[in-house]
Amino acid sequence: MTLIELTIKIVEWVQALAAARGIDPSWAGFAAEVAIMCVLGGIVLAMVSVAGMLLIWMERKVSAHMQSRIGPNRVGPFGLFQSVADAVKLLLKEDISPRGKDLISFWLAPMLISVPAVMSFACFPYHKGWIPIDLDLGLLYLMAIGSAAVIIIFMAGYGSNNKYSMLGGMRTIAQIITYEIPAVLAVTAVVMTTGSLKMSTIVDAQSQVWNIFSVWGLIAFIIYIICATAETNRTPFDLPEAESELVAGYHTEYTGMKFALFFVAEYTNMVVVSAIASAVFLGGYYGPFGLGGASPVWMLLKVIAMIYLMMWFRWTFPRLRIDQMMMFGWKVLLPISFANIVLVGIWMAFKTLGQ
Amino acid sequence: MMEQFNNIAPWEWVQLISFYAIAAMMVLGALFVVTMKNIFHAALSLAVVAMGAAVVYLMLDAEFLGFVQIMVYVGAVITLIAFVVMLTQRANQSGDNKATNHQKFISFVSVGTVLALLLWKIPNASWLTTVTNAELANAHTIGNALLTDYLLPFEAVSVLLLAVLIGAIVLSRREKPAKDDGGAE
Repeated sequence: MTLIELTIKIVEWVQALAAARGIDPSWAGFAAEVAIMCVLGGIVLAMVSVAGMLLIWMERKVSAHMQSRIGPNRVGPFGLFQSVADAVKLLLKEDISPRGKDLISFWLAPMLISVPAVMSFACFPYHKGWIPIDLDLGLLYLMAIGSAAVIIIFMAGYGSNNKYSMLGGMRTIAQIITYEIPAVLAVTAVVMTTGSLKMSTIVDAQSQVWNIFSVWGLIAFIIYIICATAETNRTPFDLPEAESELVAGYHTEYTGMKFALFFVAEYTNMVVVSAIASAVFLGGYYGPFGLGGASPVWMLLKVIAMIYLMMWFRWTFPRLRIDQMMMFGWKVLLPISFANIVLVGIWMAFKTLGQ
Repeated sequence: MMEQFNNIAPWEWVQLISFYAIAAMMVLGALFVVTMKNIFHAALSLAVVAMGAAVVYLMLDAEFLGFVQIMVYVGAVITLIAFVVMLTQRANQSGDNKATNHQKFISFVSVGTVLALLLWKIPNASWLTTVTNAELANAHTIGNALLTDYLLPFEAVSVLLLAVLIGAIVLSRREKPAKDDGGAE
């Protein structure tokens, strides 16, 4: 039973109840649909919060084990409640804000920075027929929302009345807009072969073999994962927030809960890009080569694997300098992604010629 | 005028209310763009207007246009404007920008004339409220149209973009120092 069928069933049941009591059924159906959407939205928000907490714990445990130490193991079984302790600590911190700050930018930036990431959660393919909003242009929506986050980082950097924040903010924006283009082009290669931007079509086209198991798919996946690491400001691309370089970049002057909001936004962005990579390249809710059929467990495993990969990168590679980063993005990744698109075009031309 | 509100189904109420809300947000945003003293806040209000325009496109079923509006306007154009604002201003100059200059009277007269003209003509125009034979403007049809019916404009815009790129690179190139071999060793 898909989400749409479940919605129709519930709405019809409510309408039957309302007609039996003499209430106008169209308004009753409307109220039921709105209630279902609110429930779905609540589930999405719960997922975002839980994912934030779990990822902070996962980061600390993964980094600890990669550095041959144990990590948090006191606060609850395996240190699972460490995130709760961190959140309580951040809530209790003093809320300092710099003098001469720009009120609107300073206060709005931490509130708005999670918005694009949370908006993306509505379009992920969790299970066959269970995409909450299956837009015809789903992938374009995800890319567009990712690029709308840039101006909010600018607000954060500008509003702090601090040269380091401004500089960090500008570097972050330059990095994000540089690495956005190869990411979109890498995803375009998949869109070309699938012939549609709809998330369910893209995932269902990989029911037998994942997109990563083809030459162009592998190249596109590598490009996408590099660009995803750069867009979420993870090491090796985190010069804008490297402590030894720029204090903390655009979130230097934020204390307490405002810093926690930036932190959670970074982890939510990681989940978003991992989910997009899993859906577009790794086959979404399908097992490898059709093993095990469609299941949300596959999607969960893939997202966790991608997040683990990004955390692995953090403790393996040294940090890139800003000019090396920009050189790599413009002079290496962009030509490779264009060449990949040409390759996909030629491959598709030969495929249709052969038929 | 209130009779038209009698037979509206629930989802049409939602569309109506959200349209008025988005329109109010856009008008307020546009007002703030021209009256805010802090230029960065004016740029942010422009981002609000651009987002509102994207939502209006989505309400009119032009989905591709709406998402591209977000990607291009909010993602790139507003960022560019914000960069330009920041790089050409000293910090904390928000008190120096006056909202009006010495041409208040003539600006009132000209804007008032244009406003009167618009208020007279817009309600009496014959607006096209239904589109009779439009195909859905999804990515497929737009892509097809760009490469078949509108190929020449497409190529012309590509050449224009190339010229812009080259021009930007030439304009922002650093001047090479005049003869450096004397002190380089």
